[in-house]
Amino acid sequence: MRGVEKSFGAARALTGVDFDAARGCCVGLVGHNGAGKSTLMNVLAGVVSPDQGEILINGALLDATYDPARAAEQGVRVVFQELSLCPNLTVAENLRIFHPSIKGIGWRKTARQVILAELDRIFPGHGISPDAEVGTLSIARRQMVEIARAFSNVNSRIELVILDEPTSSLDQNSAAQLVAFVRGFVAKGGTVILISHLLGEILDATDQIVVMKDGATAAVDATRHFDRPRLVREMGDVLAENNAFGGRKSTRRDGPALVSGPEENDQYLQLYPGEIIGFAGLSGHGQTDMLVRIFEASQGARGKITATEKAVFVAGDRQTDGVFPLWSITQNIFVGSLTRLTKGLSLDFGQAEEEAQDWQKRLSVRTPDMANNILSLSGGNQQKALFARALGADARIVLMDDPMRGVDVGTKQEVYEILTQEAANGRALIWYTTETDELKHCDRVYVFREGRIVAELSGEMLSEENILSHSFEKDTA
Amino acid sequence: MTRLLSPNLLRTLLPGLSLAALLLAIFYLQPRTMSYFGLNLLLNLAVPIALATIAQMFILCVNDLDLSLGAFISLTACITATWLNTTPLLGVLALLACIVAYGALGALIHLRNLPSIVVTLGMSFVWTGIAVLVLPTPGGAAPGWIRTLMTLKPALVPFPIIALVVIGLVVHVGLMRSAAGVVLRGAGGNAKSVARAGWSLLRVKVTMFSLAGLFGVLSGMALVGLTTSADANIALRYTLLSIAGGILGGGEFVGGRVSPIGAVIGAITLALAGSFLSFLRLNPDWQIGAQGAILILVLALRLLISAREVRR
Repeated sequence: MRGVEKSFGAARALTGVDFDAARGCCVGLVGHNGAGKSTLMNVLAGVVSPDQGEILINGALLDATYDPARAAEQGVRVVFQELSLCPNLTVAENLRIFHPSIKGIGWRKTARQVILAELDRIFPGHGISPDAEVGTLSIARRQMVEIARAFSNVNSRIELVILDEPTSSLDQNSAAQLVAFVRGFVAKGGTVILISHLLGEILDATDQIVVMKDGATAAVDATRHFDRPRLVREMGDVLAENNAFGGRKSTRRDGPALVSGPEENDQYLQLYPGEIIGFAGLSGHGQTDMLVRIFEASQGARGKITATEKAVFVAGDRQTDGVFPLWSITQNIFVGSLTRLTKGLSLDFGQAEEEAQDWQKRLSVRTPDMANNILSLSGGNQQKALFARALGADARIVLMDDPMRGVDVGTKQEVYEILTQEAANGRALIWYTTETDELKHCDRVYVFREGRIVAELSGEMLSEENILSHSFEKDTA
Repeated sequence: MTRLLSPNLLRTLLPGLSLAALLLAIFYLQPRTMSYFGLNLLLNLAVPIALATIAQMFILCVNDLDLSLGAFISLTACITATWLNTTPLLGVLALLACIVAYGALGALIHLRNLPSIVVTLGMSFVWTGIAVLVLPTPGGAAPGWIRTLMTLKPALVPFPIIALVVIGLVVHVGLMRSAAGVVLRGAGGNAKSVARAGWSLLRVKVTMFSLAGLFGVLSGMALVGLTTSADANIALRYTLLSIAGGILGGGEFVGGRVSPIGAVIGAITLALAGSFLSFLRLNPDWQIGAQGAILILVLALRLLISAREVRR
């Protein structure tokens, strides 16, 4: 792949990436969240078409008609990060979906044999029946089926297999079986691209490692030249001044904690007024769940978390749980403060409009008229409206679920300032972000792994290196 | 560690068990139904309902819902009782056009990404309108061959039972056992995965809707064969009966989980529920409510089984 570029709206996911995978070689691809690994692999698999750049397979240039079907013809197989089996079909039937050539009378028997043989080959002792409905299998077994399906062969070419986080839900034993199998596959001339967050696994299984950072390759080298510290260092932002971390540190602890969390793993979540605390770690490791649980606690749900004040939520996924697409910007903002703005039996629309104008100035929402539809705004400005909705409400706790996704740099700076201001006014903010840089604006950071808090970092301990090393499993192997 | 009665097995058996319980209750109340003639009478009307339920099941399988099925079956019944009887060629062409129209609806829903409920709700008025044009006043006559087929008296086993078993088995083999059926069901379970494997989702939708149209046509023909005449509102209640039958038979609204045999059993259960309530000498005014109660009972049982599964 040469000079591949891809943008999603304002966010540049890939900025001119060169990537090679040689025949008979296992290439490891590492980098933290949003570094562009998955996007790059989606381009290679034909799921996403690049804005620029070219893809060559066996030296042949692929044109604009490249799509998943063409990729399969070229022998490119992918195990996607999100499971892509049909849960209502059996294991054998899922194989049939994948291989159009399995058909005719007796197809069921063929499919059963093929998938069973492949499962036996990769995961001896797997205990999966080819007639089991996929929806009834555990996540780990589904993943095994998916991997076995990608390596199965029925009258088709199989040259390159992309494994995107294949071991994320496998136990150690199966993961080791997979690594052993990949080595064997590569030795016979196949090619594998392995994406993983388990650095030990990458170091064990691959011949070459590509480190990605901010949509570009940061380092390419043979695996034997890498070790754990170097990998972590390469993934980190070595150029940026690390001293920016921990620059903010609130020592004020006036009053009792607004939120006190569950005590697990010797870690205890606490949030005091005037603080900004960050949730870090790899995406999908329980940060959003924790935010939702805190929100529920603030609504009176009883559990291990107690919250003494009202909370508001700033959604990261604007389209699905953020904006009301049919409403104007003003309406989208004041829906968070309906009780406060009610006068008698009716809403005080004059007041609402005034406040919306005020927010427009404070957050510099770029629109000629706040009465315009919310969708007329760019993504970043929509996000500003969502912030206005949350900050306009009278809740003291603000929960932010990766709110800066797809927001451009200028807007971010503006929002950061407002957040700092709000904290100084006595609000307490929890900020889950997948961008490590944003954690510089936090007083303390809790690092999540596998649904739990594994570390609390503050002051001098708060550095990108520490966050990364706590995010990755310390595999003892 | 498998228990004797796993929740999954229980759920599969539930439609059959509810039917058996209902049948036993009917036999107990009215032993004379336990004869060739009694069963014939009891199950006659279950045949068109079963065909309608199968039609609805195809739509449910691709995560859609058809609210126009009753109106559509009324239309095909009207065409059967008029054109197919008097000018067979025109009748056949009209019925084929109905099936093609159904396939086209599937294409429209897929291409424009429209909610099927809205499209079919709108179409239900179109179908009824055409049916009124075809047959303005109740009447018409069933073509002789359909009448003969529906009143067949085979030795030993009553015709409705044979017909119901054949319908269930044919669709089961086609949809559940064949290689092509797997793709059709897979599209309901995880459309993205099916598309990534290189299948056309458009073709899947069109196929499913066309099949639904085909079985809708068959249902209308069977209905006319039994009633010998038609009217533009003859099958309106089939819309809800078919949805209820499909769900009762173990199908689900989303996720491509359907069962043809279950759908047939569900349809029979619904048809018998009416007779059962008559045998109880229940006031007809209460019957529809009581039918609903039976439906809620069975679905509640299924939820209980599923809840047990989750707790495990």
